[in-house]
Amino acid sequence: MHMTVMTTPRHPVHTLLSRVTGDAKHAPSAHSTLDVLWVLYDRVLRITPETTEAPDRDRFLLSKGHGPAAYYAVLAAKGFIPEEWLDDLGSWDSPLGHHPDRVLLPGVEVGTGSLGHGLGLAVGTALGLRAQGFLDTRTFVLLGDAELDEGSNHEAIAYAAAIRLPITAIVIDNRSATHGWPGGWSGAPTWISEDGEVAAMSDRTRAGLSVGIPARFPNWSVSVVNGRDHDEIEKALRPVAGRPSLVVAEV
Amino acid sequence: MRETFIATTTALLDEDPRTALVLADISAASFAEAHRRHPDRVLNVGIREQLMAGVGGGLALTGMRPILHSYAPFLIDRAYEQIKLDFGHQDTGAVLVSIGGSYDAAAEGYTHQSPGDVALLDTLDGWTVHVPGHRDEVPAMLRDAARHDDRVYVRLSAQENSLAHPDGSRLRVLRGGTGPLVVAVGPMLDPVLEATTGLDVTVAWTNTPRPFDSDGLRALVTTGEVVLVEPYAKGTSAHLVSEALIGIPHRALHLGVGRAEVRRYGTRYDHARAHGLDPAGLRRSISGFVSWTRS
Repeated sequence: MHMTVMTTPRHPVHTLLSRVTGDAKHAPSAHSTLDVLWVLYDRVLRITPETTEAPDRDRFLLSKGHGPAAYYAVLAAKGFIPEEWLDDLGSWDSPLGHHPDRVLLPGVEVGTGSLGHGLGLAVGTALGLRAQGFLDTRTFVLLGDAELDEGSNHEAIAYAAAIRLPITAIVIDNRSATHGWPGGWSGAPTWISEDGEVAAMSDRTRAGLSVGIPARFPNWSVSVVNGRDHDEIEKALRPVAGRPSLVVAEV
Repeated sequence: MRETFIATTTALLDEDPRTALVLADISAASFAEAHRRHPDRVLNVGIREQLMAGVGGGLALTGMRPILHSYAPFLIDRAYEQIKLDFGHQDTGAVLVSIGGSYDAAAEGYTHQSPGDVALLDTLDGWTVHVPGHRDEVPAMLRDAARHDDRVYVRLSAQENSLAHPDGSRLRVLRGGTGPLVVAVGPMLDPVLEATTGLDVTVAWTNTPRPFDSDGLRALVTTGEVVLVEPYAKGTSAHLVSEALIGIPHRALHLGVGRAEVRRYGTRYDHARAHGLDPAGLRRSISGFVSWTRS
């Protein structure tokens, strides 16, 4: 099977990631987001260091503020923040904390850390953009599978589906949720794709319909991808009209 | 006050495309016509108060001016962390407009009461707090708040004074005297005026307890004695009175809603009496304070 996997030590973002120190506590989750973040900033998001204040820029909200080393490395690789900042994490003089602060970092849309805030903020952001006529601007939010246990997410999931808001939520599934995956959910599918497209789904996506994370997103467009495969991630992040879109990235 | 809020907010939605209203079912029917005219800016998220705050925070991030509205315990108490992080931490603002206050919903019980809302917001930075004493004070507060991006809380109540006072942003003297200063916040003015009839006190009033008018307090506390009467948790403003009067020998009495839950229903008048915030109760407390002074 062909995979465009980035995680080779030769990739320049790895050099940058290795400069981010002092985050041992969150190291596994930091690296779980790396490929998705790279695909977003390299292939998908319409945002550059010059357009961080443009009202019609695409929005990316890192809800899962834990383990932001990969986020910082990608922001540095794309020129949003100086590479030198990566050498100093969490100190008094560093703008890079163990959780990101939008006030301190150019290009960072939200300050997060407490779990369960990004999805609601993303819904409001998308609604604000729509109300101002920025209909081509896309809003993305990245969560962790354990973060999904926060009840606030489910307020946003239900509402986004009800109003058919075309946001894209990416859940990094590194199976870190207590009671959440895979044993916490069982039984028959809670919904059937209204387009009858279940048969066209990948085995990975179909498997997620009745158990695991997709079952928690009724009436969202769903795809489950290998969270290391860049082409697969990019394909899953294509716009979906008329309803919210979930991309579960298994890592 | 609720009707005034609905009328003014409906007008703001018509006049200013930056204005957005976020509801969690409460009062949604009253905004049905506004929703029909502005479906992109009148948003009812259902009974989801955490989301109401998150949506407000997201709207603010895009440059909109969100107005959020519900019963005080659902708007403030329940969504406290969202208020802390989705506005303050993001360096954005919103206009939060509550109804119900401390015990308007007396028969509904403690679940629908928020005596602690202002104290909760006092743990956060940058919130202006308006506590109107009369419905006619509400439109100017909302119109002013709609014009900027700061954090504003408007606490509406069924309890009203008989007269509106146009400018209550600073302490205003409404009855002169030579004795202690009695400060009434918002709708506590009428009960305080009745309670202090015949007492030699100065009565001052504000409908904007945050930011607190420290300069005004210092100027008015001529005897070094102050009584603060607030319609929310007793002592909420104690720390600000203390800070304002640092360096001035003083004695202070703080009156407001007690901490202990009153497990009775009834009316807001019953609850005011239970907390000593009816004219008779206030007179007992204030007279005791005054006579202690003179003895």
